[in-house]
Amino acid sequence: MAQSTDTPAADGAHPDVPGTRADDFAELDRRLVLATQSGLPLQPRPYGVIADELGVDQALVRARLAAMLADGRIRRIGAVPNHYAIGYTANGMSVWDVDDAVIDAVGARVGALDFVTHCYRRPRHLPDWPYNLFAMVHAGSREAALERVAEIATLMAAEFPGACRSSDVLFSAGILKKTGLRIGG
Amino acid sequence: MSEPGRKATPPAARRGVAARRAPDDTDRRLINALQGEFPLTESPFADIGAALGLAEAEVIARVQSLLDDRVLTRFGPMFQIERMGGAFCLAAIAVPEARWAQAVEAVNAFPEVAHNYRREHALNMWFVLATETPAGIADCARRIEAATGLAVRLFPKEREYFVEMRLEA
Repeated sequence: MAQSTDTPAADGAHPDVPGTRADDFAELDRRLVLATQSGLPLQPRPYGVIADELGVDQALVRARLAAMLADGRIRRIGAVPNHYAIGYTANGMSVWDVDDAVIDAVGARVGALDFVTHCYRRPRHLPDWPYNLFAMVHAGSREAALERVAEIATLMAAEFPGACRSSDVLFSAGILKKTGLRIGG
Repeated sequence: MSEPGRKATPPAARRGVAARRAPDDTDRRLINALQGEFPLTESPFADIGAALGLAEAEVIARVQSLLDDRVLTRFGPMFQIERMGGAFCLAAIAVPEARWAQAVEAVNAFPEVAHNYRREHALNMWFVLATETPAGIADCARRIEAATGLAVRLFPKEREYFVEMRLEA
């Protein structure tokens, strides 16, 4: 990282910039989302390009992005790879019908496995969709993905006997769209 | 000079969405570095390049090429819309094979559809809705049902146990 002056304060405070108290940031932040939601400019000074578009100082753009990272409105800034292209050809959405009484404990345990990339509790749609725990597994082959799903099943049987009544794995057969969110102007 | 990535490749061109090439070793190192925190510095591409032994211009050219060839699907901030008053929701449709192409086109046309995957199940189309208000999810689902003539099942997140946004290249 460069010298400290090159990294804006995470709280976004900019005493030197007039008219930018916290109350004034909502509209600017919204304009920042609109300006960056389809991607950062691929230019040597990307924050400067955005700042010029918005008519503000680039230090303020960097400070607001830092503030949004700090409070979780931005999860991360960077690249999202096409997981097929980098070798993760098997993307299995494993789904489990887990006893409601223990699902939070099971979910925390499954989510902590290093090969599980996303893990959520979601509602069942009975009768044909009994599953309430979703755990995404990425691997280089379908066999490897199924081995990992089997590991999850083994772990559940050992640590939460009887809690899981049934399960399935839905493999991805192709990405149809992947743009991330788009809010309107 | 390269234009900003979002202007060089219109979003529609990235639908479809198989990568057109395999990343080389330098691409893989770059992809891994770009899944860390992208610097909030004046010249972030130069800073990334310095860490990898690449010139700023090469970093920018490679990122553009990786986006153009769909090895990367996105490059920029990943917004957590729920922290901005909005909502995400996983949804699924059981699409009859004979209506598949029409349904893909109809569903993908909604800007609220952030991702869409085909999966091997009777519920064979799984997509994520992102809307500016929680009420927008149900409204969008109704509009997708009207556009496709098919029932949309909603799977809102009730608890998040883990989310990892990085995959080593």
